[in-house]
Amino acid sequence: MKVAYWPGCVSRGFTPELHGSMAKVAPLLDIELVELDRASCCGAGVIAEHNQELADTLNARTFALAQQVEGAELMMNICSTCQGAQSECQQRLDANAEYRDMVNETLAPDGLAYEKGITNKHLLWLMVEEIGLDVIASKVTRPLTDLRVGPFYGCYIVRPTDRVGITREHPRDSYLDQLIEALGGTVVDYAGSHKCCGFPIITMNKEASLKQAARHLGDAIDNDADCLVTPCPLCHLNLDLQQPLAARYGGRDLGLPVLHLPQLIGLAFGLDPKELGFSKHVVKPTSVIDWSTSVVAAVGHDDAAAVSTT
Amino acid sequence: MPDYTLRLRRYSPETGASAYWEEFQVEMDGHRSVLDGILKAKDDQDGSIGIRCSCRAAICGSCGVRINGRPGLACHMHLEEAQSRSADGAVITVEPMGNMPVIRDLITDMDAVHWKKIRRVTPWLLPEGPPPEREYIVPKESMVDVTQSMACIQCGACVSDCLSMEVDPDFIGPAALAKAYRFVGDPRDGRQRQRLEDLTEDPHGIYDCTHCFNCIEACPKGVAPMSQIMRLRRIAGADHHLNDRNNGHRHEQAFVSLVKQSGLLHEAELLPRSYGGDSWFGKFAPKAGLELVDSLPVILRAVMRRKVTPAGALVGHKIDGHQELHRIFDTIENRDERFELNLYIVQPDEEAPQGDGASADGDDSASGGAVQGSPSSSSPERSPNPS
Repeated sequence: MKVAYWPGCVSRGFTPELHGSMAKVAPLLDIELVELDRASCCGAGVIAEHNQELADTLNARTFALAQQVEGAELMMNICSTCQGAQSECQQRLDANAEYRDMVNETLAPDGLAYEKGITNKHLLWLMVEEIGLDVIASKVTRPLTDLRVGPFYGCYIVRPTDRVGITREHPRDSYLDQLIEALGGTVVDYAGSHKCCGFPIITMNKEASLKQAARHLGDAIDNDADCLVTPCPLCHLNLDLQQPLAARYGGRDLGLPVLHLPQLIGLAFGLDPKELGFSKHVVKPTSVIDWSTSVVAAVGHDDAAAVSTT
Repeated sequence: MPDYTLRLRRYSPETGASAYWEEFQVEMDGHRSVLDGILKAKDDQDGSIGIRCSCRAAICGSCGVRINGRPGLACHMHLEEAQSRSADGAVITVEPMGNMPVIRDLITDMDAVHWKKIRRVTPWLLPEGPPPEREYIVPKESMVDVTQSMACIQCGACVSDCLSMEVDPDFIGPAALAKAYRFVGDPRDGRQRQRLEDLTEDPHGIYDCTHCFNCIEACPKGVAPMSQIMRLRRIAGADHHLNDRNNGHRHEQAFVSLVKQSGLLHEAELLPRSYGGDSWFGKFAPKAGLELVDSLPVILRAVMRRKVTPAGALVGHKIDGHQELHRIFDTIENRDERFELNLYIVQPDEEAPQGDGASADGDDSASGGAVQGSPSSSSPERSPNPS
């Protein structure tokens, strides 16, 4: 399937391994990515906090660019924060014709207009709803047997439930669990799976921010997770990049690898961990992969806990 | 009539025993509330069950609890609905709200946390100058703007599940900040600036909210406390230019101007500017330097692993045609009035089916809350844009 692909800022900035691994995994899923290279930052709620109309107009521009991609079935995100921020803007744009006209008037000089009702899905939703877990399971060449994976959903793609489209038919707040199982892994149940990583306040209250990350990482470690997987690169920043500092603020040893969603899929599809950018993680994914053989191996939990963050 | 199983969290501090779960079977119509079920168990089986309640009609806000792990009013959830949402589809679990001490069973100490925080924001009107001879005359739209926060019934459901408060108990929190907006947004109040100075300078004030949406999800009345916090930030930053010590305003300014410049976020520039001020020289400010030193272990590792390259950190990335954005930014920021569409006040046009990505109603549209009729209900709300 052909999709208008919005990679977001962070996947091309501080988490280049996310954008890279998506590019590797897409052909295996038969997804043709048409990158929206003219689209802008979604605002991550911060631009909306500054000026709501500005955020709505920037995202309407992104939607309009996506709607121009010929043959694309929908628009796809690989960042939960983009998904959530864009869904919020879409909700307002779709709700009120007068407002939509006003926004489109701003876009008109560049020959763009947003037409109500774009379908914009995160990779996670697309995998379950468009591709199907059975198809994904059939493509697994290296099942993640013995790998205990903690799903870390974050906030933006699970709340508010009605805006992000969680219904009985589409229990999107459990898709990550379902996907881990389809890839042959074991889901680790822990308290922080649907909580906030703390990233949005990292510059305002570093302690409160990193204590949240540390708490969820610690919860997952205490439940014997080998790694976490997250659909959000901003969560990844607090959980992986900042993990050494989180350990300091949380007052305990951590050292839990955190994977991006396409990395987990890529591993199960038999891709080389180096190709998937595992070497770029701050916390070495020693408990997930064995560099010499590239084979997924859940090393003994005691060893995993002893892996330091250095 | 069907049987429902209620699994209640029991706790009596005076016994010295720890909390425990106890199950009760009640035979009731599925359309009766969880509160009705608990009261029946109390009447028929164990009179010592502790729960606070009064109106039983979702308006007094007394019976806030967690049902199946989610906060809400016990009287506002049908037994059959609660059962279908339970983990195993059979047993309904009810426990006291979080972030507050438990007095007994399902009764939390609202005074110790919730009311203390409400009092923290000076929850009364502070008009300036002598009172008018008769009533205050204000534009109707400006009062419509605060109706959403006025819909709060003080049940504490949002406080229960606030994730910032979980790690920072001093955070003023969603209910109290929604209350603060009720007065900041009230045109009769004369202390808007002082209120905002207080809330921005407090290290546990409006910039302590992480945007986790838990309070929006929790609120049974559609108050959307997080949206009110964002309104407070918008007015503090855009209208009063309050340059707070928590980096809140600088972070917002740096974010907006970096996106305007290049179309994308430039993380390596955003961080120092949030501390040192929104210019290329921000990174040389002492505050930014201190932060750099603090984050050195992380920065070094990121560079070592080639996650971040020094060149990438200096130059950043730009999108094609980012010049188009300048015009959009200028058009919108130079408007005389700032536009804000609040779907709590302005109802969606029509009930047309939406794309899969979003549905027609959400936090602001407040499916449960009363929408106050607005004469201009089809046009976006306007507020002054002094910048």
